[in-house]
Amino acid sequence: MTKQAKSLRKGKFKPSRAPVAKASRAKGSRVKGKPPRRDPLDSFVDAAAHALDLKLEPAWKSAVKTNLKVTLALAALFADFPLPDDAEPAPVFSA
Amino acid sequence: MDTAWAHASEIAAAVCDGRASAAAVVRAALARVAKHDRVLNAFTAVTAQRALAKAAAIDAERARGRRLGALAGVPFAVKNLFDIAGLPTLAGSKINRDRTPATRDATLIARLESNGAVLVGALNMGEYAYDFTGENVHYGASRNPHDVSRMTGGSSGGSGGAVAGGLVPIALGSDTNGSIRVPASLCGIFGLKPTYGRLSRAHTFAFVASLDHVGPLARSTRDLALAYDAMQGYDDDDPVCARRPVEAVAPLLEHGSAGLRIAIAGGYFRAGASAQAQAALARVAAALGVTNEIALPEAKRARAAAYVITASEGGALHLDRLRARGRDFDPAVRDRLIAGAMIPAAHVVKAQKFRRWYREQVRALFAHVDAVLAPATPCTAPAIGQQTFMLDGVELPVRANLGIYTQPISFIGLPVVVVPVPLQPLPIGVQIIAAPWREDVALRIAHALERAGTVAATRPSLERAE
Repeated sequence: MTKQAKSLRKGKFKPSRAPVAKASRAKGSRVKGKPPRRDPLDSFVDAAAHALDLKLEPAWKSAVKTNLKVTLALAALFADFPLPDDAEPAPVFSA
Repeated sequence: MDTAWAHASEIAAAVCDGRASAAAVVRAALARVAKHDRVLNAFTAVTAQRALAKAAAIDAERARGRRLGALAGVPFAVKNLFDIAGLPTLAGSKINRDRTPATRDATLIARLESNGAVLVGALNMGEYAYDFTGENVHYGASRNPHDVSRMTGGSSGGSGGAVAGGLVPIALGSDTNGSIRVPASLCGIFGLKPTYGRLSRAHTFAFVASLDHVGPLARSTRDLALAYDAMQGYDDDDPVCARRPVEAVAPLLEHGSAGLRIAIAGGYFRAGASAQAQAALARVAAALGVTNEIALPEAKRARAAAYVITASEGGALHLDRLRARGRDFDPAVRDRLIAGAMIPAAHVVKAQKFRRWYREQVRALFAHVDAVLAPATPCTAPAIGQQTFMLDGVELPVRANLGIYTQPISFIGLPVVVVPVPLQPLPIGVQIIAAPWREDVALRIAHALERAGTVAATRPSLERAE
C-alpha cells in the first residue's frame, strides 16, 4: 500500500494546496470580502494525484486539468443516460 | 515489374512462378526505404539482415520445387508496438527503448511470414498509440506521401506512410479508436479493422484492452484480404481472440456487392464533415446506388463513452511509468494519460454498461442492412503541427477529434474497411461498416468499388519531395 493510501485509510489525508490558492488568499486578506473560491477541479487534481501517488510538476497541472475537464464533460453526456440497475457492463468475465 | 507500386498479390505470383526472386524484391524494398524514408520518416528500424535471409530461404524453397505461400516474397512492415525478436518494442515511446529486446515475434508477424511474407522493419507511430495525428515528439512526425508537409494521421502513421509511399505493399497497424482507419483515410490507402477479437493481439504493446484491434493496411482490397486471411485463427496467447475458424475472404471478393443492403449513416455522421468528406461519401454512395440513410442511435454518446474508457484504461496502464518517468513522455500524451488515471470509476463502469446497450441497438440495425457507409475522417490531411480545426463552426483540437467518426464504430468492435477516394489535391477515406464477423461483406463492397474505379490508392510523386 502506498504512503498516500495509508494516510487515506487513517483519515489523515489532506490535499496539497497549490501556490495559486495561497496567492489569492494573501491578496484577499488585503482587501475586504471573501477571497475568490478555488476551482474545485484544481483541488480534485491535487487530491487525485496525491491518492495515486503521482507527483505532478506545477507546469503539468493546467493541461491535466484541461484534459480532465474535457473528459468529464464527455462523461456527462452518458452519465445520466437511463439504464436499468441490472444492465451488464460490456466485458463479461467467465471463470 | 515495378515492385514499388506492385500489389502484394502480383509480387507473390511473380515470385511463385519465377519471374522475380524474393531476394530482388526485398532488395528493391530496402533500397526504397533507404531513399525515401529520409523524408517520409515512416520507419524506426529496418531489419535488412533478417529480411535478406528470409528472402534467400524463400528462393531456396522454390529452387527445391516446394510450394510457396500466398504472400511469397512480399515485403511488409509493422507498427512498432508489435514485438520483433531482437528489438525493444517501442510503441512510439522514448521510455520503451530501455525494455529488454523481444525474444519472439508477435503472432501476426509469424503468421504472415509462414505464408512467405518478409518483414523489413518497424514503423513510426504516435506515442503509446494515444494519437490520431502521426506526430511523435521523440522520433519526428511521419509524413504524408501525397504532401509531405501534412500529417499521415495516426496513430499507425508510419504504416500509412510506408504503404502510400510505395515502400512496402502491406503494413500492420493497430486501431483502438481509429488508428488504422484515420491514416488509411489521410494517406489514401485501404485499411481493415477487423471485428474485435478476430485477429490475435498477442505480443503487441497494449493500449486499451477493451478496445484494441490489429489489422492490415494495403493498396488494394485483394492485398488486404490476402494478409487478413493469412493472419486469421485462434491464438491462446490473446485472451480476447475468438475461437472461430478461419473464414477466408479472398475467394469471395469477386462476389461483388449485388444483393447487399447498404445504407448511409445519418445524423451524427453527417454533422461536422467537410465538403471533401461529404463529396467522397456521395461518390461512393452513388457508385453503389445507395440513397437511404439510417441513424446509429446515440452515436455521440458512444463516442464519449469510448473516449472515457480509453482515457481511463490508458491512464491505468501507464500509471507506474507516469510516476517514475513523467518527464520522458510526450507532454501531450502524458497530460491526457494523467487526467485519464483520475477519472472516477463510476464513469468508466457506466461507459461499459452503455457500451453493451449501444451494441444491442446497432446489432438490431443489421437485421435491415448488411453494411453502412460513413466518413472515415472529417477532413483531408491537416498540416503537420496544426493544433486545431473547424468542425461544424466550432474550433476543436485536431489530436482528439480526427477520429470522431471512427470511435463510435470500434467502440462496439464492428469490422470496417476504409476505401480511399482519390480527390484532388488530397485523398480521403470512407468507412464500409459491417455486422460483427462479416469482414467479407465490407471487403466485397470495397472490391466492387475498386473494380468500378470509384476508389483507388493513387501513386504520389515522391521525387518531388526529395
